[in-house]
Amino acid sequence: MTEPNSALFTAKEAASDQEVRWCPGCGDYSILKQMQSVIPGLGIKREDIVFISGIGCSSRFPYYMNTYGMHSIHGRAPAVASGLKMANPNLSVWVITGDGDGLSIGGNHLIHLLRRNVDLNVLLFNNEIYGLTKGQYSPTSEMGKRTKSSPMGSLDHPFNPLALALGADATFVARTIDRDPVHLRGVLETSNLHKGTSFIEIYQNCNVFNDGAFLSYSDKKQKGQHIILLEEGQPLVFDAGKKGIRLNGLKPEIVDLEEGFSANDLWIHDSRDATKAYILSRFFDDNFPRPFGVFYQEDRPCYEEQLIAQINHAKEIQGETDLDDLLRGKRSWTVD
Amino acid sequence: MNTQSLSKVTIHFAGDSGDGIQLAGSQFTNTTALAGNDLSTFPDFPAEIRAPIGTVAGVSGFQINFGSEKIHTPGGRPDVLVAMNAAAFKKNFPNLKSGGIIVLDSAGFDKKNLRLAAYDESSTPIEDIPKDYQVYAVDITKLNREALKDLSLGSRDKDRSRNMFALGFIYFLYSRSLQTTISFLEAKFKSKPEVLEANLRALNAGYNYGDTIEAISRFKVAPAQMEKGEYRNITGNQATALGLIAAAAKSGLELFYGSYPITPASDILHELAAHKNRGVKTFQAEDEIAAVTSAIGASFGGALAVTGTSGPGMALKTEGIGLAFMLEIPMVIVNVQRGGPSTGLPTKTEQSDLLQALYGRNGEAPIPVIAANSPADCFSAAFEAARIALEHMTPVILLTDGYIANSSEPWKFPQASSLAPINPPIVKADAQYLPYKRDEREVRSWAIPGTPGLEHRLGGLEKELETGNVSYEADNHQAMVKVRDRKVRLIAKGYPAQKLIQGPPSGPLLVLGWGNTLGAIQVAVEHALEQGLAVAQLHLKYINPLPEDLGTILSAYERVLIPELNNGQLARVIRDQYLVDVEVLDKIKGQPFLAEEILEKIKSLVEND
Ligand SMILES: Cc1ncc(C[n+]2csc(CCOP(=O)(O)OP(=O)(O)O)c2C)c(N)n1
Ligand code: SF4
Ligand SMILES: [Mg+2]
Repeated sequence: MTEPNSALFTAKEAASDQEVRWCPGCGDYSILKQMQSVIPGLGIKREDIVFISGIGCSSRFPYYMNTYGMHSIHGRAPAVASGLKMANPNLSVWVITGDGDGLSIGGNHLIHLLRRNVDLNVLLFNNEIYGLTKGQYSPTSEMGKRTKSSPMGSLDHPFNPLALALGADATFVARTIDRDPVHLRGVLETSNLHKGTSFIEIYQNCNVFNDGAFLSYSDKKQKGQHIILLEEGQPLVFDAGKKGIRLNGLKPEIVDLEEGFSANDLWIHDSRDATKAYILSRFFDDNFPRPFGVFYQEDRPCYEEQLIAQINHAKEIQGETDLDDLLRGKRSWTVD
Repeated sequence: MNTQSLSKVTIHFAGDSGDGIQLAGSQFTNTTALAGNDLSTFPDFPAEIRAPIGTVAGVSGFQINFGSEKIHTPGGRPDVLVAMNAAAFKKNFPNLKSGGIIVLDSAGFDKKNLRLAAYDESSTPIEDIPKDYQVYAVDITKLNREALKDLSLGSRDKDRSRNMFALGFIYFLYSRSLQTTISFLEAKFKSKPEVLEANLRALNAGYNYGDTIEAISRFKVAPAQMEKGEYRNITGNQATALGLIAAAAKSGLELFYGSYPITPASDILHELAAHKNRGVKTFQAEDEIAAVTSAIGASFGGALAVTGTSGPGMALKTEGIGLAFMLEIPMVIVNVQRGGPSTGLPTKTEQSDLLQALYGRNGEAPIPVIAANSPADCFSAAFEAARIALEHMTPVILLTDGYIANSSEPWKFPQASSLAPINPPIVKADAQYLPYKRDEREVRSWAIPGTPGLEHRLGGLEKELETGNVSYEADNHQAMVKVRDRKVRLIAKGYPAQKLIQGPPSGPLLVLGWGNTLGAIQVAVEHALEQGLAVAQLHLKYINPLPEDLGTILSAYERVLIPELNNGQLARVIRDQYLVDVEVLDKIKGQPFLAEEILEKIKSLVEND
């Protein structure tokens, strides 16, 4: 590996020769562009990079990256990527999934991937809708959402993807958004440094079937009050520094920094604190601003490393049985 | 005391699932193998792990057929029944050959055991055995406790060695040495001297009991005329695992096995997990879908990727197998068939997933299918499945089943150097790599991530010929469907010529089989030939694509009989492919064929003519 940040290839070389076929204005374009600009600088050779996706608009992503890639089947990318990483731990493997792909049909694989902590980066493109199948509600759609399959409003209580990931003992959990390229690039770079499964939820606008779902987090006029950017070691402030969050015991409270409270009273972001990360993940309704950034990270041995360690250990204590000995087994006899 | 020579004996050990029947059976097997007999075994497990003690549902059985002649099956009706309780007797007595030998623990026939076995409490099954049977009603429990009386073990622990008492007695009856079992016990209970002592004493007590009651006649079964060479005993699942390991070694690839536990396939996972020292990577996935798709990922990454399961798991893997087919990546899918449909009969055997293997996918997705026909044959079938997968860049389905998976037989194992190398079409460099460009066999090449300059994308969407880019073009789709089909059909060019197992090259009847029916058909056709009936036998290993010379062979016979453990699945395929009529002998009882059942059918077909 070469030194990180010395680009090994150009952003142009990161793009494949295939015509990109998302709807004009789709948030997927921005995510693709940021990925193509970040990935050459990660210090990983192009031939060692693999994108694995499931099925959905978002899952077309690997076709557009000039790396190795596989567009697999609906929901199964985490399992495909796990097998790939076990076969060759040297690869840098990125899983591209959607809210339907990763949380509905593939929900089982996702939680098992997270607990196993295979060293993969999972990008969940959350547009709160089924894009590719033309607009049915998804597991992240809000209750009461009217779509073609829910004309009277959806009855499903939505998943909170980050709380779910933390519940599955994920070792890296972050959120970012298509409309903030700088933030998006930063999260991609940080996630790449994490050893273990990195789970990144990316709010992505589907301008055809769910336009504006995240407008309050991207619109210049509104976002100040509605988002909070998490920065390591920094107090939780939002609304242009006018408001902050403090912890009263385990209860988060919004405080007014212009009226009696100072930065010293505030909750300092510590991404190594699981309890705080969980509380942050519950900032999921309109009472609190929506956090963006790295919620949680933890060092835990990753799956494929332990697998290799077991293999090495077995070789050490048992020796590598030669094939003839293996076929002969422990009890053979000769007929002459 | 006289000793009688026999050429062939079938013994059925039966008892409660906690009675150590499988252990006694496998010990008798090892001793018998070392004594030079040919043999075949078949365990019959109860469906529940802990079925109520003493009930018929809880009976565990182990049958061994051994002889000084060639043995093809675990035997039909046993000559000898060892029954550790009333339930074991009740379940198996009806099967025993008339006039056979019965060894039973009379303590297992008290009122409680009779009730549990659903006998009338006042009934006397032992006394009711017809006089022509030779009965050894021994109070094994009491004699065994007596032999262990000065050991400090509790009586429950003492009773656990009753199986060794019974085994010792059978060793006496069949003039066997105790040495193999003594060495086994010494190794197994090295750290538990009291338990070891109890087992050794029980074994000897059983043997000596035979010696003291005198009246009995003993038997001798001389060594068989086996082909010269080195042998070991092996079960089908072990052989499958070893075949895969050997294929990995011969192709220079790492073996990856993704699986989710399911009866009767789990033992392949267990066996492979024990070979980490050979670099085998096993992955117990969260379900069968993850098992097959993790194997797809591993295959993409350059491993010999395998996934194994049984019927219901096969159903879950369907979409993944279709993806592997579409990607044209190598993979072996092992289906250890069991009784279906749905959860069906998990511990029983059947051959009813053949049509699923051949046709159970959406779209035009032909996949090579290979069937193993005996425990030891699982080795070569698994090796061959891996060879075809790797050299032809395709998923391959290997069909075995619960019967051969758990049965065992002596295996004249090959020298590693005699196994042909496997050559997957891996590319290392190519100035203009086209992932779906094909060679004369229509096989594409394999570029593995990590190889510079060959970066490419694969997917389940239809691809453009050669480039592999997504294509929805009408003519391209038709061409791709045809080329993938042709690629699979061309695999048959590499098959050896089909050889009759026995019988005349043409005539009134050919018995055609596949999978586990080989042994039973072989015995039946042997008898038919001895009786002057002109019957021939052919057995299929390759079921898709079918051998190119099969049609000619079939047409040389007036009739074709296919015995199968299903409702006539291969028969449908043969009718469809060759427009010949086929007689079906179906058996769908969770049990393998008895040779006599097939012989009877043969006679009814040939003698009526
Ligand atoms: C087994 C299977 N079931 C259903 C589908 C149809 N399907 C394709 S994508 C999709 C939902 C995709 O939603 P999401 O993951 O949110 O991706 P998006 O299109 O929104 O990016 C569905 C239901 C499929 N391809 N395969
Ligand atoms: S349907 Fe929505 S998510 Fe899909 S490409 Fe169009 S805008 Fe993007
Ligand atoms: Mg979506």
